[in-house]
Amino acid sequence: MANLTMSPARARALFDRLQQNRHLGLVGLAVALLAPFITATNYALSVMTSALLFVMLAVGLNIVVGYCGLLDLGYAAFFAIGAYVSGILATRYGWPLLATAPVVIVAAVVAGIVIGGPTLRLRSDYLAIVTLGFGEIIRITANNLTITGGPSGIYGIPGIMLLGVDLSGPVGLYYTCVVVVALAVLGAARLGRSRLGRAWRFIREDEDAAEAMGINTYRVKLAAYIGGAIWGGLAGILFGAQLSAISPPSFTFLWSALILMAVVLGGMGSTPGVVLGAIFISVLPELLREAADYRYFVFGILLIIVMIFRRQGLWPARAMERQSRRDKRKAEEHDAREAKEVVP
Amino acid sequence: MTQLLWNGLFVGSFYALVALGYTMVYGIIRLLNFAHGDLYMLGAFVGFGVLSVAGGLATGLGFVALLIVLIIAMLVTGTAGLLLERVAYRPLRDAPRLSVLITAVGASFAIEYGMRLVAGPNPEVYPVRLAGDPVNLLGARITVQQVSLILIAILLMAGLQWLVMGTETGRAMRAISQDPTAALYMGINVDAVIARTFFIGSALAGAAGVMAGSYYGKIDFLMGFVIGLKAFTAAVIGGIGNIKGAMLGGLTLGLLESIGTAWIGGQWRDVFAFTFLIIFLTLRPTGILGERVTERV
Repeated sequence: MANLTMSPARARALFDRLQQNRHLGLVGLAVALLAPFITATNYALSVMTSALLFVMLAVGLNIVVGYCGLLDLGYAAFFAIGAYVSGILATRYGWPLLATAPVVIVAAVVAGIVIGGPTLRLRSDYLAIVTLGFGEIIRITANNLTITGGPSGIYGIPGIMLLGVDLSGPVGLYYTCVVVVALAVLGAARLGRSRLGRAWRFIREDEDAAEAMGINTYRVKLAAYIGGAIWGGLAGILFGAQLSAISPPSFTFLWSALILMAVVLGGMGSTPGVVLGAIFISVLPELLREAADYRYFVFGILLIIVMIFRRQGLWPARAMERQSRRDKRKAEEHDAREAKEVVP
Repeated sequence: MTQLLWNGLFVGSFYALVALGYTMVYGIIRLLNFAHGDLYMLGAFVGFGVLSVAGGLATGLGFVALLIVLIIAMLVTGTAGLLLERVAYRPLRDAPRLSVLITAVGASFAIEYGMRLVAGPNPEVYPVRLAGDPVNLLGARITVQQVSLILIAILLMAGLQWLVMGTETGRAMRAISQDPTAALYMGINVDAVIARTFFIGSALAGAAGVMAGSYYGKIDFLMGFVIGLKAFTAAVIGGIGNIKGAMLGGLTLGLLESIGTAWIGGQWRDVFAFTFLIIFLTLRPTGILGERVTERV
């Protein structure tokens, strides 16, 4: 009995050590690289590629929501901008897909400034609803213009070619995505640990104190917003390459909400948490086909439950959980005392 | 032109009804209740359910039946709002703003897709349709039903105005919006008053849902999404937290949309409204009637 009651503390310590392991990212990369050797049907590859794209989106949104604490409910808009800009350049002007990346980045940055510029000066909850409106504006605009193909969208988007190597097949695309997404995850994580990342977290915890310490909160928030926009836009290019056709219904509020759920469930601000959250959210529907009708209902309830009972998510960021060695010992002693009291 | 103005006023009165709930909740506990638009949807579906069950009886009685349905729908959505507050928002009242906003998004999702489970993904056709014969007035085609719907809206708003400005509950609401802690010290049951606010706001949204359903004739489980955004826009235009502002904002947005649609085409209507929201937030975030509120640290 005593053994059993001791185990949560020991399990927690083990879990802590696992969480803080620096090689975790490499393990994740190895899993991603080796996965096609286990199963490589077209279906499996397409599910895995979608999961990777979802990871990239979630990591990008994590910059805005997780690091900086700004709620963006229209994140699919940047995804749409990336997909449409690269799709239009590739199909109508014959650009190779990779060459569209700089233009996509510029477009994402401009969109980020147009939306973030005026609203980041306001209360944070206004940003949430403005981004929600922005997501709708982009989707309806894509639906109405002729250059975006109207309701039927753009089709015939070419695959990715790199130095004459054709990467447009399912395997080539998967490995391209592995490389790009790995870089994106690494980049976001490094950004989160940088000076700018510390400023973001400071703003999230206490904006007024951050301002008082000399941080230009408006510019730092805008930087987070633009960072998220770039990640979303680049993921849009890969999305076009994967599906070869895009249309407005791919970019509804549902997408923005699902990405947000991945971030929130995994743990806002925690890179491994967000990556796992994204994989979970994108692969789960494939495993639970028959429960499709209940899925979004359950997701909604899950969001509420997580916010009430475990706000830091399933795999919290280290900064929130890390305790000094003395505190840890105290906690362990406390647990041990409790365990003794339980034993009759 | 008169037709445009009339249409604008008519749509605007729906927006105003939904915006009122938004603005009341925001005014009291500074919470953006994303699920508010979905309570409007819930109201429309409750009305639909009652009318379908009552069947032939309702179509015979017409307008009176609609009034009864309206009251039932208001009671149900009000209770739903009460539950929502108790289950999802009250445990998080002292939590960071971000957590509360995310909870609100989750609540909105749960209501939308919960309703999809109950009623199915396809749009439903309302059994009672208020079309009626139009009457020409100053060049605008106006139906008696439109006038009566507007009258109901005005009645509800007048009732609310009286409730907030003239009763003890209303005084308690205003006190909480100024300082919840002080209100608590003065012997106000803060939790109960907030719950009442949710009930009233949600009931108004439910009423708007039934009215919209019976007027447009078609409802679906996602109908609350855009109207929620529009209602928020209306609340911001009027000055969020301000009850007269929400009414004014709703009518303003209705008129702007009606004129803007005639000018640039119907498919751009929502884009026009949301662009307007962004412009308004940039130039005058406190709205037409709002006062400048300094945020306290």
